[in-house]
Amino acid sequence: MGVPIRVEVNGRVYEHTVEPRLLLVHYLRDVLGLTGTKVGCDTSQCGACTVLMNGLAVKSCTVLAVQADGAQITTIEGLAKDGELHPLQQAFWENHGLQCGYCTPGMILAAYDLLQENPNPTEEEVRHGLEGNLCRCTGYHNIVKAVLDAAQRMREG
Amino acid sequence: MYPPRFDYYRAASVQEAVQLLQAHPEAKVLAGGHSLLPMMKLRLAAPPVLVDIGRIEELRGIQDLGDRLRIGALTTHWELERSDILARKCPLIPEAAAQIGDRQVRHRGTIGGNLVHADPGSDLPAVILALDGTLHLAGPNGTRQVAARDFFLDLMTTAVQPGEILTAVEVPVLGERTGTAYLKFEHPASGYAVCGAAAIVTLNADGTVAQARLCFNGITSTPFNAQNVTDALVGHTPDDATIEGVVDQHLHVGDPMGDVFASGAYRVELAKVFAKRALKQARDRAQA
Repeated sequence: MGVPIRVEVNGRVYEHTVEPRLLLVHYLRDVLGLTGTKVGCDTSQCGACTVLMNGLAVKSCTVLAVQADGAQITTIEGLAKDGELHPLQQAFWENHGLQCGYCTPGMILAAYDLLQENPNPTEEEVRHGLEGNLCRCTGYHNIVKAVLDAAQRMREG
Repeated sequence: MYPPRFDYYRAASVQEAVQLLQAHPEAKVLAGGHSLLPMMKLRLAAPPVLVDIGRIEELRGIQDLGDRLRIGALTTHWELERSDILARKCPLIPEAAAQIGDRQVRHRGTIGGNLVHADPGSDLPAVILALDGTLHLAGPNGTRQVAARDFFLDLMTTAVQPGEILTAVEVPVLGERTGTAYLKFEHPASGYAVCGAAAIVTLNADGTVAQARLCFNGITSTPFNAQNVTDALVGHTPDDATIEGVVDQHLHVGDPMGDVFASGAYRVELAKVFAKRALKQARDRAQA
């Protein structure tokens, strides 16, 4: 059974016919070639597959591509504009908010979602807001620093 | 991990969903998918057909009906958490919803899916039971209502019959001098409730307990109503010592669940601790 879907990813519209069981993360990675989004635990826990769906962070390993039909998706590839890193990307870099980098795309999109809702979070709010994303390298400390730094950069525009 | 193969139908209305379920008796209903898809990926479920109800507008939203609130089955945990109506009229639901999973999960998971899935470690079942909620079902023979106390039959088993879907949950608006609280001891990795306590305390003008409810997630296979405890509280001034004494004396959990993380005996101990904390917090809020 093939189901036609139409999805806008990072501002570009794609139309494909997909198997119903195709997960959004595999649609992004294997069909569209957008491999920035990672598959981590594959059980809705680690957050490495986090993307924005209609503006809200979701775990794309737990969304079917057919459920994303008609949706707007933002992946890590969609954050930088005109060769300029997004403030979150810049802040993760400068604050050493990553080591191996595997969790980083999901971490940045979850942080993006958090800062959209709360542009001036406390450290505690950042830690709580990122509870759906696991990092096995950094101990989270520099990730939190990076998000707070990015929040300030974004507020200052 | 891909889920097993299935055929996919998207329903545009409740009526169409019911028709699709009649045409495909082996089908499962897909709402937010945050319980069903993980189970399918782990091959704990392999339905040959999914009926996607995720776009049915009539299943969305929260309405104030005066003496009660109606919550559409597709309302997400995130929407529960942020609803002005619920914050004013039923803060117990947003307090519990905010403790489910993480923000990504709460963006997708729905109240209807949560209740119908009836995972014992879930956070909303005991809350809806404590609130004496009513579940609205639609099926081939029309609609019917089931009280929360009759809804949860066993581990992951509810009163929803083949061909039926849950359309809404209604909860009564609580009266004056009422406080509520939901407190949870969560599994550190999964976030599921090892023990979750939902408490409601209504005080008389003289400060004694007029009525109370205390229901638990996580400790038994279905949400547990500790009516012995709340019956014993009625009429008393709910100071700390009274609450602690009543819980110690009257909380009897018949058949607690146990697993490698928390034995049955440990869950019973947790239930006592969380019962006391939740009742005290509900009392404080009733007094405020």
